[in-house]
Amino acid sequence: MRFADRNRVALGALFRYPLRTAMMLLATAIGVAAVVVLTSLGEAARLYVTGEFQSLGTNLLIVLPGRTETTGAGPAMLAGATPRDLTLGDAQALERSAAIKLLAPVIVGEATVSSGSLERDVTIMGTTATFREIRGWKMAAGEFLPAIEMGQEAAVCVVGSTIGRELFRGEPPVGRWLRVDDRRCRVRGVLAAQGASVMVDTDELVIIPVALAQSLFNAPSLFRIIMQVRGRDSMPAARRFVIQTLKERHRGDEDVTVITQDAVLKTFDGILGTLTRALGGIAAISLMVAGVLIMNVMLVAVSQRTQEIGLLKALGARRSQIIGLFLAEAIYLAILGAFVGVLAGYGVAFLLGQVYPEFDFHPPYWAVAGAVVLAVACGLLFGILPARRAAALDPVAALARR
Amino acid sequence: MASPQPASDRVPVGLPQSLIRLEKLTRIFEVGDQPVRALDGVDLTIGAGEYISLMGPSGSGKSTLLNVLGLLDRPTSGEYWLGDVQTSTMTDDKLADTRQREIGFVFQFFHLISRMSALENVELPLMLAGVPVAERRDRARTVLDQMGLGPRIDHRSNQLSGGERQRVAIARAVVMEPRILLADEPTGNLDSVSGGEVVRIVEMLHEQGLTLIVVTHDPAIGGRAHRRLFMRDGKIVTDTRE
Repeated sequence: MRFADRNRVALGALFRYPLRTAMMLLATAIGVAAVVVLTSLGEAARLYVTGEFQSLGTNLLIVLPGRTETTGAGPAMLAGATPRDLTLGDAQALERSAAIKLLAPVIVGEATVSSGSLERDVTIMGTTATFREIRGWKMAAGEFLPAIEMGQEAAVCVVGSTIGRELFRGEPPVGRWLRVDDRRCRVRGVLAAQGASVMVDTDELVIIPVALAQSLFNAPSLFRIIMQVRGRDSMPAARRFVIQTLKERHRGDEDVTVITQDAVLKTFDGILGTLTRALGGIAAISLMVAGVLIMNVMLVAVSQRTQEIGLLKALGARRSQIIGLFLAEAIYLAILGAFVGVLAGYGVAFLLGQVYPEFDFHPPYWAVAGAVVLAVACGLLFGILPARRAAALDPVAALARR
Repeated sequence: MASPQPASDRVPVGLPQSLIRLEKLTRIFEVGDQPVRALDGVDLTIGAGEYISLMGPSGSGKSTLLNVLGLLDRPTSGEYWLGDVQTSTMTDDKLADTRQREIGFVFQFFHLISRMSALENVELPLMLAGVPVAERRDRARTVLDQMGLGPRIDHRSNQLSGGERQRVAIARAVVMEPRILLADEPTGNLDSVSGGEVVRIVEMLHEQGLTLIVVTHDPAIGGRAHRRLFMRDGKIVTDTRE
């Protein structure tokens, strides 16, 4: 029997029972569409998070005090030693490296700010002028912190857009005084609104010089030192330099943790990639369910068409030809269903993109290809049993039925 | 090889060049715990080009015999020689191929595939045999013309009368040019006019050399055959020739 003939007969049978065909198409299509939509959701989440991390700046190296890795109980730990603080001196020492382009120390704390009778509790960040360059922040008005020595206290501040709007009764904040606990700072600038990022809500932030923050919180310790390395290539050298320098300054103890942005990005990328695959896997189960439905309906089709099968046998159809005919039907259904499902999945992903424009809903190609392959494999796998049953029918009994 | 021979070249009955030879053929069905001997040691020789009617009461085994002759059913014991081949040694695929080339079936209920046109139904065996589209279309059309169905070839079976349906079924049975035509109550579902037409056609095919075996209840139709077998309880009880 020719390939084209088998296809023609199989398609003819599919069109002969439109309701049955439509039901099976629907089941397969839903399964495939589920894979496409769920993986595009996972992918959107991954792209969103990695995008956010990249918006922190490029080629970042971050130092935080204390070692987060567990290396077992060393002698220092047994002696009850606590990690040494990161200090401004450390930051200044690191600034000398040629590999490091920009460096900003960071202190974070809470304080009450007030202007006139209005006050609120906000997050205070103490840093230097370079911080804005590293993060690429834009100003809505005025300027960022002045380029002064790290150790110099200046009574100035920069406010986030929400603070600027709500604490000054609609008047332009630049040049006005803001009370931060018991200090008075002149407002130098207002940050452009940018909403919540991974780290902090910058709209609710008040930024002061790092030395002012040290005396405000009465603590010399830095929260982070953030550095921008000259290029991706100098990252390992910069990292070694940072560790080495701080070790020397901390009397030979390696008591800091150095994080590269790439490592963090890779971790999140990995986690969210796994999530996407897990979602795809869950959706694939619905495809398997569709496969079981195909099998059931094909079994019904075999008993409906008993006479036809008996006739084909009487006309000299071989076992393999009958199996081929029914398998072709199942595979056609699967292919058509997969096609409809991919279209529907892309349609839903497109609609989601319209509703949530900040996310990028693009199903990954591996998921689309995988869903189609799985659908066809299901058709084949679950088509085998009905096809074999058809081929095994006793022609005498099949023809005797009216 | 399967083309019908001219009537004049027919092998005379009784000579060793028999087309079909059955020896002690038995077919036992298990009905519940009870074995039923549908065929009970049938011995029969059929020459090429014979016209045989097979009669007998319900349950006498005539349909079983026809199914065994048509290779749709295997005997429990005994030998069935088709030409010089012992059919019990054949694999399922070989049986299928033999049915395709050597044997045509006509059924009481036509068994046309309703979603297909008359032409497509007749093309079906050619399609299973892998004959290219153009050739099989020609062959199917020729046979349908011969049956007087030329203008109706594109009609689906539910647009045809009973007699027309049976003629399509006959066309389908002979389009592969088999040596044997097996008809199981071919007129059982037809009025007398259509029935007469069907009988005329199968007899015409027999005239062209086809070996014809007809199972029937109707003595008027059975009586037309040149050799009449009467069965009872799985045995051939009378074998009359003209």
